Amino acid sequence: MSSIPEELSYTKEHEWIAGLDDGPVVTVGITAYAAESLGDVVFVQLPEAGSTLQPGEAVGEVESTKSVSDIYAPIGGEVVEINEFVVDDPSLVNSDPYGEGWLFRIRVSGDPEDLLTPEEYTTLTTTDS
Amino acid sequence: MSKPTPLREVHESLGATLTDFAGWLMPLRYGSESAEHNAVRQAAGLFDLSHMGEIFVTGPQAGQALDHALVGHLSVLEPGRARYTMICAPDGGVLDDLIVYRLPGGEYMVVANASNYLKVAEELTARSAGFDAEVDDRSEAYALVAVQGPRAAEILATLTDADLAGLKYYAGLPGTVAGVDAFIARTGYTGEDGFELFVAAERAVPLWEALTKAGEPHGLRPAGLSARDTLRLEAGMPLYGNELNAGLTPFDAGLGRVVKFGKPGDFVGRAALAALKDVPPRRRLTGLVARGRRVPRHGYPVVLSVDGTVVGEITSGAPSQSLGKPIAIAYVDTEVSGGLAVDIRGSHEPVDLVDLPFYRRCM
Repeated sequence: MSSIPEELSYTKEHEWIAGLDDGPVVTVGITAYAAESLGDVVFVQLPEAGSTLQPGEAVGEVESTKSVSDIYAPIGGEVVEINEFVVDDPSLVNSDPYGEGWLFRIRVSGDPEDLLTPEEYTTLTTTDS
Repeated sequence: MSKPTPLREVHESLGATLTDFAGWLMPLRYGSESAEHNAVRQAAGLFDLSHMGEIFVTGPQAGQALDHALVGHLSVLEPGRARYTMICAPDGGVLDDLIVYRLPGGEYMVVANASNYLKVAEELTARSAGFDAEVDDRSEAYALVAVQGPRAAEILATLTDADLAGLKYYAGLPGTVAGVDAFIARTGYTGEDGFELFVAAERAVPLWEALTKAGEPHGLRPAGLSARDTLRLEAGMPLYGNELNAGLTPFDAGLGRVVKFGKPGDFVGRAALAALKDVPPRRRLTGLVARGRRVPRHGYPVVLSVDGTVVGEITSGAPSQSLGKPIAIAYVDTEVSGGLAVDIRGSHEPVDLVDLPFYRRCM
């Protein structure tokens, strides 16, 4: 099992959020645990830049050899940037889920709900496997 | 609770992702399924197929019993040879697709899918009632390990004195592999050259370990069910539950050639199949290649691009390593020749019709 970065926040849907304390724009990706569960990611569909997301809404898809999973907005706000590199090379989600495999950036409006600390996320992924 | 195979601990030590498949706990992948797929295409892969059923049919009338129970003509099968065949219901529906091996002693080994072997054993027993033949389900006593890929013969040759060079495709012979008694068959489900090794369950681990060691310098990797599925899909091979089911006849699946009407005696399904033989099927099994990157999957509707009319259904789909695009097998209305899309969760993604298989190995 890969380690879970300490500086990120997590969701029950196996996404991570970076930069919550640093300003209005946060970065979203899926966790190494999710990437490993999916297998080789072959297609990523992301929300459009400029679109407004409601928290908890399904906004995209991650598709692997064997399955498809929705991407949810972990927080409400406007999409300010999407990772074009991951669209071109979805395997970045597997090779570097917390780095080059990031998915999109949101200018946050409103408060996040139900985020998990690294400790809580570790508990989640070690008890439901 | 899924049944473990004799190799479960080996899979766990290799870090496999295990999954339930037809009641068995099977390795889905060990690491990257794409790397496993490519290893089989370019070098070799090692598979645990111990979930498959091995049902033995013995006795003086074993061949006649199988001629009656199955759609093929098995009594004429030479010892040491194998044949792809099917077991059908009285209405002609496919209950399972099978490989039947005739062993050197004359007895038969029927290899059935994991999801069906209990039913197949039951049907074979019932259908053999009037014959001097015994049906014995030895699935739990046997492990099945496959080595598949262009380097498979080279790897196996380092572990056995058996005459592999003289062993034809769809043939088998008994031998010793790394000190383990095995029935060595030149069969597989990947579209590559390769071997399937039937061994006593308790000898599976030493066999696996010897193959792993012998295969290492040749690029052999353990490969899971995920790679097995994409390999067979590229090779255009049907999977029971996807391309075949009890609601379809061998003719529906384009596999009518396995039905041997010329053999003597009646067989289960003969009357129904004879009546359906010349009826043109409404749909045919065909290959589809996606133009985009979204993957058509089992159960998705095939539609006309122009107006969304449903004209077929996907039976299997996956991203293809060999083509670099998503591929699928589908039942599509026979009169349709193009202008197709697949309804992928509400969005119509264009696809092109192609002949099967998607991939053919260089001989």
